[in-house]
Amino acid sequence: MKTARLLRSATFRLALLYMLIFGGSVAVLLGFLYWATVGVLSEQMDETIQADITGLAEQYERRGTPGIAAIIGERIRKDPGGRTVYLLTDPLRRPLVGNLDSWPTVEPDTGGWITFDLVDRADPDGRPHLARAKRFVLQGGLNLLVGREVRELERTRRMIVNAMIWGIAITLALAFAGGIAMSRSTARRIDAINQTSRDIMSGDLDRRIPAGGTGDEFDQLAGNLNAMLDRIQGLMEGLGHVSDNIAHDLRTPLTRLRGRLEDLDDPTLAAGDRTQRIDAAVAEADTLLSMFNALLRIAQIEAGGRRDNFATVDLAAVLSDVAELYEPVAQEKGLNFSAHVEAAETVSADRDLLFQSVANLTDNAIKYAPAGGSVTLHATGRSITVSDTGPGVPKEARNDVFRRFHRLEESRNAPGSGLGLSLVKAVAQLHGGEVRLEDNRPGLKATLTLG
Amino acid sequence: MRVLVIEDDADVATYIVKALAEAGHNPSHADNGKDGLVMATTENFDVLVVDRMLPGPDGLTIIRTLRASEDQTPALILSALGDVDDKVKGLKAGGDDYLTKPFAAAELLARLEALTRRASAKGEPAETKLSVADLEMDLLSRSVSRAGTSIDLQPREFRLLECLMRNAGSVVTRTMLLEDVWDYHFDPQTNVIDVHVSRLRQKVDKDFDTPLIQTVRGAGYVLREADK
Repeated sequence: MKTARLLRSATFRLALLYMLIFGGSVAVLLGFLYWATVGVLSEQMDETIQADITGLAEQYERRGTPGIAAIIGERIRKDPGGRTVYLLTDPLRRPLVGNLDSWPTVEPDTGGWITFDLVDRADPDGRPHLARAKRFVLQGGLNLLVGREVRELERTRRMIVNAMIWGIAITLALAFAGGIAMSRSTARRIDAINQTSRDIMSGDLDRRIPAGGTGDEFDQLAGNLNAMLDRIQGLMEGLGHVSDNIAHDLRTPLTRLRGRLEDLDDPTLAAGDRTQRIDAAVAEADTLLSMFNALLRIAQIEAGGRRDNFATVDLAAVLSDVAELYEPVAQEKGLNFSAHVEAAETVSADRDLLFQSVANLTDNAIKYAPAGGSVTLHATGRSITVSDTGPGVPKEARNDVFRRFHRLEESRNAPGSGLGLSLVKAVAQLHGGEVRLEDNRPGLKATLTLG
Repeated sequence: MRVLVIEDDADVATYIVKALAEAGHNPSHADNGKDGLVMATTENFDVLVVDRMLPGPDGLTIIRTLRASEDQTPALILSALGDVDDKVKGLKAGGDDYLTKPFAAAELLARLEALTRRASAKGEPAETKLSVADLEMDLLSRSVSRAGTSIDLQPREFRLLECLMRNAGSVVTRTMLLEDVWDYHFDPQTNVIDVHVSRLRQKVDKDFDTPLIQTVRGAGYVLREADK
């Protein structure tokens, strides 16, 4: 089970692959080393033997059989350890002179080279050593065998091969152990992330991925995932809040609507009263519909990307249109209403949405400014400011008022849906801008700035 | 007027057809795009009411097809609640007006009447004078007088009155006024239009015996002599 999981682990597989590549590289490296040492050495030995034969063949040509026999005898005397091998035989391979008792039984290869076991007469154990020799047929049919004992070379070769085998084995073992250790530690970090994800999926939204504290990639991943989870949680809470509010805020008008419809079920009702009550019920239904409409509109604007309706819009024109539309309303309420334009720019915007936003702000200002107070519209640069002398919005509530259906306690009884500012904010964001609420001392100053 | 209603939702279709019949019009109904297109091309209608989403060719395709074959029958597009951009698409496709579901029957009727009036006025030489009862409007000199007495109007009041006079005898809804007079598609949170109309009333009706600007309950306003 655990092994299977280990084998499935991506990091372990990576470590395994790494181990193989590393082992392979070491093998190639050692192969080169082998060739550079043993290979070169045996080549040199072959060259020495060949040179020896060439020399002896020359002597034979010059001085005949006795001459070469004398030279071989001399050479053997000088090498009592038997490191060199000489044997001169007649054409029937009967030994004439040399330090071999008989011609080796091994068949020579095409170049005339033979490798055979040599029993050292000086060695009391009589253990055979490897020797390498070359056969040469002299003129007159005499066979000459010249060779060297390759004990040293063989020992070197064996040593190097051993070292290579051990080297590769140790490399593989270390790489394997390292791979397991590495994948274990990585797997542990990933397991932590997986475990947290599973906990979150099963409903524990408050869980966060523990950080290792080293600031490495895993910590960064954990940090990013945690930030993402925070954002999701925030959004979900917002969503929950909104649906709670929707449920709450729609219940009231729905209840009223129900009541009004029940009122109609009265046969004694005079025709005029009936009409009046039907009107009230229809008005209630209309309020509900416009709330839904506003909600959907905000959602659509917030979904973003809906910039199809963007065109060049003169902020000053929008401002004066809003002012013109709302001035009579403000005057009717006894407010001082004024609008100023100061170097307002032409912007790329959705004209209707922009108008709706400024209208919403103006509508609020007129609604909350007390009789005798004032409402001022001001456009400058890429901003439109609507200020009033009403009760204002306390500093701590200035973010909340942009939430859907959020209404200040003091204004619960004023008409309105609590969606006006949400729409303004959505429109500001659609235009890459922002809406800011400030203290107008007294009152509220709302500034819509386009991006 | 003969109205073709292309609407697949049976409830909405019934609602529209009933409202049209009650208002004395002559409605026909198709419940899918294919039948609707066939009826629109083979029969003569004064105005079309076309749902945006339909089985078969959708509403915009129907209107585009008609416009491509030089059929200029005015068309009003119906669409689902809350679609902001559909309005532009609908008008681009050749629709003449646009209404979002759900709507009041009065709103639909007022818009259809305005559409047919506009369509029948097309081609005729542009009017320079409008008159309703003893109220007269000169579009060239931009002056208004009632029973010979000149009335001084602000530019916006002038346009408001012009819109009412052009649709004299028919209901003009508040949203229609906003779109026509202010040229904004928006949703006023309070009845700002009412304040403007009441100002206009002050100037047009206050000093005279018969009020011309009437409020139509649950719908909007109409300009006509009270007792007719």
